[in-house]
Amino acid sequence: MPEDTAEEPTPLLEARDLKKTFRVPRSASGSTRLHALGGVDITVRRGETLGLVGESGCGKSTLARVLLMLERPDSGTVRFDGVDPFALRGKELPAWRRRVQMVFQDPFASLNPRLTAEELISEPWLSHRDVVPRRERAKRVAELLEMVGLRAGDAGRYPQEFSGGQRQRIGIARALALNPDLIVCDEPVSALDLSVQAQVLNLLTELQAELGVAYLFISHDLSVVRHVADRVAVMYLGRVVESGTAEEVFTAPRHPYTASLLSAAPSLEVTREQDRRQRIVLSGEVPSPVDPPAGCRFHPRCWKAEAVCGEVVPEVEPAPGGGHHAAACHLPLEVVTAAKADS
Amino acid sequence: MNAVLNKPGGGTAATVAMEVRGLSVEVRAADGPVPVVREVSFSASSGQTLALLGESGCGKSMTAQAVTGLLDPVAEVVGGEVLLDGQDVLRLGSRERRRLAGPGLAVVFQDAMTALNPVYTVGSQLAEPFRIHQRLSRRAAREKAVELMERVGIPEPRARAKSYPHQFSGGLRQRLLIAMAVALEPSVLIADEPTTALDVTVQAQIMELLAELRRETRMALVLITHDLAVVAEQADQVAVMYAGSIVESGPIAEVFGAPRHPYTRGLLDSVPAGHARGTRLRSIEGTPPRPAAIPSGCAFRTRCPMARERCATDPPPLTTTGPGRASACHYWKELADA
Repeated sequence: MPEDTAEEPTPLLEARDLKKTFRVPRSASGSTRLHALGGVDITVRRGETLGLVGESGCGKSTLARVLLMLERPDSGTVRFDGVDPFALRGKELPAWRRRVQMVFQDPFASLNPRLTAEELISEPWLSHRDVVPRRERAKRVAELLEMVGLRAGDAGRYPQEFSGGQRQRIGIARALALNPDLIVCDEPVSALDLSVQAQVLNLLTELQAELGVAYLFISHDLSVVRHVADRVAVMYLGRVVESGTAEEVFTAPRHPYTASLLSAAPSLEVTREQDRRQRIVLSGEVPSPVDPPAGCRFHPRCWKAEAVCGEVVPEVEPAPGGGHHAAACHLPLEVVTAAKADS
Repeated sequence: MNAVLNKPGGGTAATVAMEVRGLSVEVRAADGPVPVVREVSFSASSGQTLALLGESGCGKSMTAQAVTGLLDPVAEVVGGEVLLDGQDVLRLGSRERRRLAGPGLAVVFQDAMTALNPVYTVGSQLAEPFRIHQRLSRRAAREKAVELMERVGIPEPRARAKSYPHQFSGGLRQRLLIAMAVALEPSVLIADEPTTALDVTVQAQIMELLAELRRETRMALVLITHDLAVVAEQADQVAVMYAGSIVESGPIAEVFGAPRHPYTRGLLDSVPAGHARGTRLRSIEGTPPRPAAIPSGCAFRTRCPMARERCATDPPPLTTTGPGRASACHYWKELADA
């Protein structure tokens, strides 16, 4: 892959050509495999935020699960700090697990209602005993609570005594308890109200500046991703169709799917009725990953598609000017068509 | 009321299709009734979109349920009226009310899966309004249903009419619900978070469909949502709700362009779009109050950066601040002048 050569030391996380299928009941066309990941490349650098964008069913959660080693890929490689976690055995495995943690989407379902905040935050130390010495644990819990904007005195309270935003803060403190290098945030603010969402996004930004932790930030909300991400990868039906810096991807998308996604997202700008018509409204919905279209998986919905798109799978190629802005499209957009200055 | 129409789509003076006056709803709880909707008034005009905007628990869905007569049995309308064609819908008996459901007032819900009956084909469900209200024959009603499916963009409508709800994707199911709601060309359509469960490219299609239908049939659309961007794009008028009350209302461009309530200001500042990466979002402190523990005076004062002593004692009424605009803040002038 053309990405990263001399200037970059080993990235924190590097996945190459990840493929993952699941067995499903036979579909109308006779297929029995759901193609969740169809050859995904992804790189997360130390201390950065990689935004992962895509609609439901595009494979972003499967990718997260593979990177967390909750699923084994059918093929492809994962390198975390140069090491393949799937090859680890014995004591090395928990040592690796400690370095990758997760923040879940639903703070109402992801916290055990019968544990107090203190028990929830210190629970990871039951498996990873040497991270914090036993006698310092209460003090560390208090520190973590304050770090995420709660009070040390909240340690004895149960999840249902907290609001949604506060529960998400507990979830974040719990993820931080093992001092990870990478936190996978799967839709961390989509269950929260707007005013609370902003508080949690601010917290994640502050923690990154303070601790240098990297985030893989999965979200369907483009404005949120634009706000937090250094780089962005856009997925469609199990493939990364475009990646680059957030600035590049959001202001000058090269893949028609990215352009339509940006154009479909409502913006705060109050537009007049006739201006609203200029938006790219895609026809149809995302096809099933059980029977993905041949060639470019986006071609049945793409307004630029030509014969080649239905036959040949487009390679991920960088923009002509060089750099890391890559797209998998036979007919990439050259001019800025969907750049929108939000609000 | 809707004197200022600066939208090209607005055209001629709009006629009020539905007027809600002083609507209050309480929920019965163990320690006495809890007010969840407090003195809410708004009017929806033909051919226009009114957005009821607010965060979860602000009472926007309760308002919709009260207006449509679909309140949960633990909740009860304790005051106000809903005028549709000059009659107060809240005073109607259940039989008259059902007669209105469809041609007068229709509703689209968020969850298209639970709103459709899983054991009947979609064709027979879509034919139902024609069978009941227009007393059409089975065959004629079925024909109408197929037309309707075609109108809302369901591919191969004749064949798909024989399918069951689970055989449709989320976006198509939402189209079916919309088809059912507009079947009898209602004068008012209430859409409660119609796109929240959908992906963004499908959301765009559904909002487009609703806007088309609104223009075609001149129905008044009441759009209930928490999404500021959807409101900015779709609404002609907006009413912002907080803790059961409307705190600000007016034409969308004016309210979002120059809000006159600190809550509206705070919501707009919380939207990440447009802020440079990594900059702090100016969020609103704290969380919305629970309906059982709404602060005295102004309900927003505990989170308000402008709150003063007076706010704790005097509840600010929703007062006119300009043509078509209203705000429930003692100090709205400071925001307007800023």
